[in-house]
Amino acid sequence: MPNQDFLRRLPESDRALRRRDRLQQRLHLDFWLLLLLLTVTAGGLVVLYSASDQSLATMKRQCIYFGLAYLTMFIVAQVPVHFMRRLAPWAYALGVVLLILVILYGVGAKGAQRWLSLGGFRFQPSEVMKLAMPMTIAAYLGQRHLPPVFKHVFWTLALVAVPTALIIKQPDLGTSILVAASGLMVLFFAGLSWRYIVAAVVSLLASLWPLWHFVMHDYQKKRVLTLLNPEADRLGAGWNIIQSKTAIGSGGVPGKGWLQGTQSHLDFLPEGHTDFIIAVLAEEFGLIGVLILLALYILIVLRGMMIAIRAQDSFGRLLAASVTLTFFVYVFVNIGMVSGLLPVVGVPLPLVSQGGTSIVTLLASFGILMAIATEPRKVIR
Amino acid sequence: MSEARHFKDHHREARLFFARALFAGLVIVLLTGMLILRFFSLQVDHHEDYVTQSDRNRVHVLPIPPTRGLIYDRDGELLAENRASYTLSIVHERVPDLAETLAFLSTLVEVTPNDIEKFNDQLRQRRRPFDAVPLRYGLTEEELARLAVNEFRLDGVEVHAQLVRHYPDGELFAHTIGYVGRINESELAGFDPDEYQRYSGTHSIGKIGIERSYESELLGEVGYQNVETNARGRVLRVLESGDPKPGRDLTLHLDSRLQQEALAALEGHRGAVVAMDVATGGVLAAVSAPSFDANLFVTGISFKDYRELNQSRDLPLFNRFLQGQYPPGSTIKPVVAMGGLHYGIVTPEDTVYDPGYYKLKGSSRLYRDWKRWGHGPKVDFKQAIAESCDVYFYDLGFNMGIDKMHSFGYQYGLGQKTQIDLPNERRGIWPSRDWKRGARGEPWYPGDSLNVSIGQGDVLATPLQLASMVTTIANHGTRLRPQLVASVGGEPRPPITDQVVDVEDYISQLGIDAMAEVVHGQHGTAQRIARGAKYKMAGKTGTAQVVAIAQNAEYDSEALSERNRDHALFVGFAPLEDPQIAVAVLVENAESGSGAAAPVARRVFDAWLLHKDGELKE
Repeated sequence: MPNQDFLRRLPESDRALRRRDRLQQRLHLDFWLLLLLLTVTAGGLVVLYSASDQSLATMKRQCIYFGLAYLTMFIVAQVPVHFMRRLAPWAYALGVVLLILVILYGVGAKGAQRWLSLGGFRFQPSEVMKLAMPMTIAAYLGQRHLPPVFKHVFWTLALVAVPTALIIKQPDLGTSILVAASGLMVLFFAGLSWRYIVAAVVSLLASLWPLWHFVMHDYQKKRVLTLLNPEADRLGAGWNIIQSKTAIGSGGVPGKGWLQGTQSHLDFLPEGHTDFIIAVLAEEFGLIGVLILLALYILIVLRGMMIAIRAQDSFGRLLAASVTLTFFVYVFVNIGMVSGLLPVVGVPLPLVSQGGTSIVTLLASFGILMAIATEPRKVIR
Repeated sequence: MSEARHFKDHHREARLFFARALFAGLVIVLLTGMLILRFFSLQVDHHEDYVTQSDRNRVHVLPIPPTRGLIYDRDGELLAENRASYTLSIVHERVPDLAETLAFLSTLVEVTPNDIEKFNDQLRQRRRPFDAVPLRYGLTEEELARLAVNEFRLDGVEVHAQLVRHYPDGELFAHTIGYVGRINESELAGFDPDEYQRYSGTHSIGKIGIERSYESELLGEVGYQNVETNARGRVLRVLESGDPKPGRDLTLHLDSRLQQEALAALEGHRGAVVAMDVATGGVLAAVSAPSFDANLFVTGISFKDYRELNQSRDLPLFNRFLQGQYPPGSTIKPVVAMGGLHYGIVTPEDTVYDPGYYKLKGSSRLYRDWKRWGHGPKVDFKQAIAESCDVYFYDLGFNMGIDKMHSFGYQYGLGQKTQIDLPNERRGIWPSRDWKRGARGEPWYPGDSLNVSIGQGDVLATPLQLASMVTTIANHGTRLRPQLVASVGGEPRPPITDQVVDVEDYISQLGIDAMAEVVHGQHGTAQRIARGAKYKMAGKTGTAQVVAIAQNAEYDSEALSERNRDHALFVGFAPLEDPQIAVAVLVENAESGSGAAAPVARRVFDAWLLHKDGELKE
């Protein structure tokens, strides 16, 4: 049993291990994962304090959201995995309905309709889809023979396509890509044939041309062009990238020190407390700070993959892996975009950026992971 | 659900998943490696570049303009000062609704459509985000108060103070002090790097007058501040600074009261008055009338105002005493006469018969005397000057010849720049053989000498040159340079002697005596101004033809239009025994030197030499 090998390698006494194991099982928590999440959250708050110009109001708001989010995580972790599997199609259906409602009755900001307003409470239905998508695909494929045959691949793609199209329509390219990815990742982990994958990559590259000319909005094209040559429009679209690269680069190895970042505190860095917060971290804590944060993220991802491998059935495996990899995609896309590797698509840095409902969604996904991790063992013949 | 009936191979699926998870892990490691490399490149390889960039972002060198030197008259009265002027600017990014704000602002301060047009032009240009764009200059106290009261309703509206030149007597001194104006593009293009730096905080530069000629003294030295700014350009901290050095103050020889009196004495006529301190060459008054308000040019004159000034028939922008070149007429006769004595052409006792005209041998042309019947059978040196007898000078000019006449008059400054401390001076014309060959391509004719001897023909002089000439006569041939500025930053500028005329002292005295006769003699042409004078004067009247009179025609002032009438001139100094002030007066188209110009000089003398109660100063 791979899982027995893992247990044996832990440097604690068997008795202590068993006691902690029992406690984890009872609380439906994964202590390693929880410890890592709390570490990043705490570090994130330290950076946010500086990035928000020591705004106590921002800190308070962020702490409330984190409290809410960890509570949500704890609650989600209590949900039995088989119940999640049955819930998935309903969550998916609800998500699609909400996305349609957004297009019909949504509230806009900056030329996009992303919000639904319910009695003063605003939320983004795409957040629901972030969870519903991998759950649904995992539920669908988990019941099938794996690797999936063509028919199942086809239906999976259809399931992915509907909400993705609806989110693109808002328009919110960044989220739609992430939602689609979370579904497609399930397909990948389910063992999708490499032939399909290669064919998909080739056709994706081939579709870039029509995508560029017929689908993408001007502001999206501008972001890509700005990425390719940010110097072209120094004061306009290129400003963000130039300033964030300057913040990162000027931090050097040791950084300028906490609260000492000039780029962020003199307001040169836009969105320093939200999407571009890694630039603040890089400026004030240097390469060392960045490497520590990356290490923590990698440990979280490793723990997530470990949970996936140890999961009891295909549904758990696929869902856990997808959630974990999606988390990594968030990290990579955000850091890549702030450091000028990727276009600016408006993805927050998980657990660090100031946020609202997205924090809750994120920790809910870790709740799913914990539920899978602590699922009572079935006796396998 | 046909597959459900089949038995699910859990182990195979787990193995498959494990392989995929390993692959995903590989991709994760690869992508993370990319990120680390990226940050290594930014934070280690290009660290220095980005530090520079970050400092350039936040640290700005702000020039601090120096305060321009002040200009005082000889009694310490302020003639050019710096006043705080308030500018209203708008930071577009901080204004919630621009149209609404503009509408509201126009209820508080006067905003013309022209202002708004300029504002919109600047708004369209490329600029840093959060740069303030000026809307209105020169806010009044009342407007400032109204803006202050409504400040809370005016997000993104800023009021800045800056020093702007102001001339309390802008019209009285426009032609001497001149004015500053905005640095224009051609001036900017002409700057060398050093000048470029000196003017980095300054918007204006001396355009004419003393403001221009003493520009380098008045400007001062620019200071700087290394400041830390945020992305909005707001200064948060001064890191380092160097104070600007204010420009040096100027004290002039000019006397504000005398200047006023000289202008008043012109009684609204077009003309010029220059008064000089005989002892130093300092210019006590220099008037060119009509004038204009120098303050109009400081922040940029409106097109309408400029057109009005530029197209006026009276040429208010024209500096008559410095650039106006007029035939000096009889005012140069004392110089010509002294030249005759110096070269031994005549003695003081030699006389000439004046029948009212002069005829060159072998020519039928008549050279007329201004007095139709002549000045009598025996006109000597003194009478010739006192009564301005043209025939005496025709004869003298003919006998002396142009070369001697030119050489002698040139030493009194005729035909050369006085080198006064004002820009764009004109040199007039004091003809010579060389000059005529060069200018006309003609040889010198004897008749030309006749015209020169009475200050007509090609002779031209500026009122300033005439003032310098008469001061030189008063100084017995020592020609001092006319200077407006007495001291720079408290350091006095010494008088400069440009020439000591090769003339015997007794000849100078004879010339002065004859000029005294002009005022105080029985038949002196300016004897009217001697009435009631508490001191004695010396002087010489002059009348300069504006249009040539045909050979046999009479000069009929009624028939000539006002603009074609003769100019009236007078040069003189006082008191006779101890000359203190020398004056040159030109009144355009006033016909008579004795009637129009000499009384102006008398008023200037009085103003300088007498107390207010009419008693002579010590």
